[in-house]
Amino acid sequence: MTPTDTLRFATRAALGYPLRTSLMVLAMAIGVASVVVLTALGDGARRYVVGEFASLGANLIIVLPGRNETGGVNAGSFITSTPRDLTVNDAAALLRAPLVRRIAPLSVGNSEISVSGKLRDVMVLGTSADYLDLRQYSVAQGSFLPREDLGRATAVAVIGDKIRRELFGAEAAVGRMVRVGDTRLRVIGVMSPAGQGLGMTNDELVIVPVATAQAMFNTNTLFRIMVEARNRDALGPAQKQLEDILRTRRNGELDVTLITQDAVLGTFDRILGALTMGVAGIAAISLAVAGILVMNVMLVAVTQRTGEIGLLKALGATGRDIRLAFLTEAALLSIAGALVGYGLGHLGAWGIRLAYPVLPAWPPDWAVVAGLGTALGTGLLFGVLPARRASKLDPVQALAKR
Amino acid sequence: MAQIELDGIERIFTLGDSKVHALNAISLTIEAGEYVAVMGPSGSGKSTLLNLLGLLDRPDAGHYRLEGRDVTTLSADEQATVRRNRIGFVFQSFHLVPRLTAAENIALPLMLAGMPASERNTRVLRALKDFGLQTRADHRPEELSGGQRQRVAIARATIMQPAVLLADEPTGNLDRHTGQEVTALLEELNAGGTTLIVVTHDPSMGERARRRLMMEDGALRQDLGGEQTAEPGAVRP
Ligand SMILES: Nc1ncnc2c1ncn2[C@@H]1O[C@H](COP(=O)(O)OP(=O)(O)OP(=O)(O)O)[C@@H](O)[C@H]1O
Ligand SMILES: [Mg+2]
Repeated sequence: MTPTDTLRFATRAALGYPLRTSLMVLAMAIGVASVVVLTALGDGARRYVVGEFASLGANLIIVLPGRNETGGVNAGSFITSTPRDLTVNDAAALLRAPLVRRIAPLSVGNSEISVSGKLRDVMVLGTSADYLDLRQYSVAQGSFLPREDLGRATAVAVIGDKIRRELFGAEAAVGRMVRVGDTRLRVIGVMSPAGQGLGMTNDELVIVPVATAQAMFNTNTLFRIMVEARNRDALGPAQKQLEDILRTRRNGELDVTLITQDAVLGTFDRILGALTMGVAGIAAISLAVAGILVMNVMLVAVTQRTGEIGLLKALGATGRDIRLAFLTEAALLSIAGALVGYGLGHLGAWGIRLAYPVLPAWPPDWAVVAGLGTALGTGLLFGVLPARRASKLDPVQALAKR
Repeated sequence: MAQIELDGIERIFTLGDSKVHALNAISLTIEAGEYVAVMGPSGSGKSTLLNLLGLLDRPDAGHYRLEGRDVTTLSADEQATVRRNRIGFVFQSFHLVPRLTAAENIALPLMLAGMPASERNTRVLRALKDFGLQTRADHRPEELSGGQRQRVAIARATIMQPAVLLADEPTGNLDRHTGQEVTALLEELNAGGTTLIVVTHDPSMGERARRRLMMEDGALRQDLGGEQTAEPGAVRP
């Protein structure tokens, strides 16, 4: 029997039992579709998070108070129970590191803003002039915080776009006086409306000089310090320099944590990558189930077509001819199922993208290859047993059965 | 050298504890071009003998030489090749593949032999014409009458131009008239030189054969009308 004839014969056999064939194709399709959709979802989530972190700015190092080591405890952690605060002086000192381009100390707190009788809760962010460039933000009106000594508590504020709208409406905001808590501040600028970002957006923020914020909240500590290295390659060495500076300032003890964006990104990338693999694995189980189904249906097909198998043997078919015919049929059903499932999966992923435009829900290539491969593999694997059974049938008994 | 030589063939089926001696010491020769009817009561071993002649079954003892070659010792695949090229089967229940058309059913042996499709088509067209089935080429078995189905089956059995045609009650599922047509068709093929061995219950059909083998309890009782003299004592004690 030529390969073309085997293929044609198997195709005719598959099409000869439309209900059985469509059910089996469906089972296989659901398996493949779930692999495609779930991995699209998982990988979409991963790409979304990675994208969000990337928008934070490329060369950032974030310094936060307290040692937060995953590597276990060291001697220092027993000596000092409460870590020392981060201060504005620490921030100023970090600027001396040669590989550092900019720094921005951050101090945050909640307060109320009021102007001509209108009142609103706001989050206040105390920082410095470099914050704007460091985060790659821009102002829509007026100017950002003045470049001045970090210790000066100038009574000025830059407000978010949403706050401007709520407090001033169509009126000009720049130059107006507002009250934040007990402090009177002059509005010198309005931030450009921001897109979506991780956590807080600028739209509902009041940005003031760091000293102003610290006075307002009666504190010396900083929430964190953001540091921009000169370039991406300088990130590692810059981190070392920062650690050295901070260590000498703290009597040789490094009780702060430095996070680079790379590290955070890497972690999220790994976690969500593992998650995607996990859901792909779960989806693969449905493929295995489909494979077992293929086997059972093919076994039924062998029983159903016992007479036909006997006849083929009487006509001179070898065991190999019959094995190949049944194996080809199983493979055809698997391929058809895999292709239909591939289509359905992409349809599902498209639906997800339609419903959640922020999520780049594209199935990763490896998942598609693995899904299709597993479908074909299981189909063939589970087709072997029925095919062998068919080829081993005793022709006399097979012919007698009708 | 006779075309078919059976020598001391035994076939024993074991069902649990009981043993059925379906063929008992069968020795027999059939020349090329003979017309043989195998007759006998139900369960006498006629179908078992035919299956054995068609290499669908193996004897438990004895030798079967087909065209001078001992075929009992061949491997399953070698037997399949012999079956494909030298033997045609016609069954009582036709055994057509229901999803294939008449033409496709007839083409099956050629397909199994690996003949290219174009060559196949001319052979099948000629067969359809020879058996008066031109207008039924694209009909599926369920759309054919019993006689037409058996004609398709005979066309399929002879498309490889086999040396031996084996028919197990080929008219058993047909009415009298259609049965006679089918018998005439088989006899025509025999007249063309094909050895014809027919199992039948119908005495009138048996009468038409030049040679009649009467079976009983797995043994050959009588061998009538053969070219060699009948052996009344064919059954050895
Ligand atoms: N596969 C088998 N297993 C067990 N016994 C069998 C088997 N095939 C046939 N037999 C037995 O062998 C004997 C001969 O059977 P066979 O089918 O050759 O008879 P037959 O002459 O063709 O009968 P019929 O005219 O009814 O078709 C019977 O007793 C039958 O029960
Ligand atoms: Mg019988």
